[in-house]
Amino acid sequence: MRIINQNPSKPVRWMLGLLPFIVLFFIYIAASQHRLAENPNDKLLPDLGKMGTAIERLALEPSKRTGEYLFWQDTASSLQRLAMGVGISALLGLIVGLLNGAIPMVRANLSPLVTAISLIPPMAILPILFIIFGLGEVSKVVLIVIGIAPFIMRDIQARTLEIPKEQLIKAQTLMANSWQIILRVLLPQIVPRLLDTVRLSLGAAWIFLIAAEAIAATDGLGYRIFLVRRYLSMDVILPYVLWITLLAFCIDWLLRFISARLFPWYHSQQAKS
Amino acid sequence: MSYIQIQNLWKQFGDTIVLERINAEVEQGSFVTLVGTSGCGKSTFLNMLLGIQQPSRGTIMLDGSPLKAEPDAERGIVFQKYSVFPHLTVRENVLIALEFGASPLWARLTGSARSQALDRVDELIEKVGLDHAAKRYPHELSGGMQQRLAIAQALIAKPKVLLLDEPFGALDPGIRNDMHDLVRDLWQQEYLTVFMVTHDLKEAFLLGTRLWVFDRVRIEPEDQGAYGAHITYDLDISEQGKTDQAFPSNEELEQVLTEHELQAQAS
Repeated sequence: MRIINQNPSKPVRWMLGLLPFIVLFFIYIAASQHRLAENPNDKLLPDLGKMGTAIERLALEPSKRTGEYLFWQDTASSLQRLAMGVGISALLGLIVGLLNGAIPMVRANLSPLVTAISLIPPMAILPILFIIFGLGEVSKVVLIVIGIAPFIMRDIQARTLEIPKEQLIKAQTLMANSWQIILRVLLPQIVPRLLDTVRLSLGAAWIFLIAAEAIAATDGLGYRIFLVRRYLSMDVILPYVLWITLLAFCIDWLLRFISARLFPWYHSQQAKS
Repeated sequence: MSYIQIQNLWKQFGDTIVLERINAEVEQGSFVTLVGTSGCGKSTFLNMLLGIQQPSRGTIMLDGSPLKAEPDAERGIVFQKYSVFPHLTVRENVLIALEFGASPLWARLTGSARSQALDRVDELIEKVGLDHAAKRYPHELSGGMQQRLAIAQALIAKPKVLLLDEPFGALDPGIRNDMHDLVRDLWQQEYLTVFMVTHDLKEAFLLGTRLWVFDRVRIEPEDQGAYGAHITYDLDISEQGKTDQAFPSNEELEQVLTEHELQAQAS
């Protein structure tokens, strides 16, 4: 049988998928043991025990200086910033993208501007944000918004224009006015597409969040990683990176789950095309 | 005065003339079938009736007043595909037509207005044979059932003219026969005026009371766009009309159309 026709069964697929993770894990353990055997104080590749102790200290013991549980404090701050940034971006993206897609006059007016803004490298204007909004929470949220909202706007505009013209014409022959068409034909069909777009932009949102926290913050996952870098604390950095990855995975899974539950008609369409 | 009057209608895109000198009058209750080779302008003609394309010259009058330059509730449409709303169930797809008209701001009906509307919706859904599928989404329906839904949607708005743009072109032959029965029943019961574009000559004869053949009579070989198509045959194919002596036989028509089809393919 040709190799392109050989499909793994479900258990085999799981095994094949897990294999690289297991291999990487053992390579790390082996490398770590090797280094620690030569120098028990090596900080570069800590073993599981060291990472466990470090996280235990951060997650289960209150900080001596502030009395907070730093790991959870960092997680809460970062997630709050991420949620605000992504939430505001999604809302802006939905409104502007939908109007751009639905109304030619608005599109002619706003679409070039959105395109231009989306080409600005967000990190290049981070100093401007710090100057205008100070070093507080606003700057970090605004950086995420500037980073991903134009992308969402452009994508939602394209998705809106993809909805078959036949549906819009049909609605007009059923006496619908422009507002009703936006509200009941376009909006409900755009929301599941918005969830897709948000999922795609989450990776970028994390980048901007961690960059902003690295430069100016007093807590947050990105702040902690860059803080302990000074002490070469790989035993903190590595678990934090894994934790961020896990959070990103869970958020992505959650959005996909919600979308599949709420919009079954959308997902079966996707499966067909 | 006739229900629909078409006076000296022309349509051109840039230098290319698609349709020229279309003059016709259509009585209320007629079922006009439009046939012709690909690219002969029959769909352009239907689009002008629908209001999504505008005539370059000439006018179309419906019930004594000129057609609006955008689609409205006077004209109902069933496309070959994509004309139902994928995010709404069968029932909601028909109900929304009543909600658009009754609730300008939210396009939602509530309470007794909604249940009254739903009575009408259910009646029509039953008439098109979808009562057992009322709660399903379009993606759960077959192609034929989707077209039944599209027809129900168009009819509930009580349009003056129903436009069908190759509505059964994508369906299996067996299903197509069922749809022919449905459309003919509805046309008689609701006293509709129908324009249907089709590629299927048998279908055109079976359903229509009047058959229009679109074709280019004048051809400039150097410049295909120099002359447009117009209605070369306007045949009364209603039951009385078919007994008329001057009526060309099916074979003759078939031959005319086949020749043009071949020419169109050769060029």
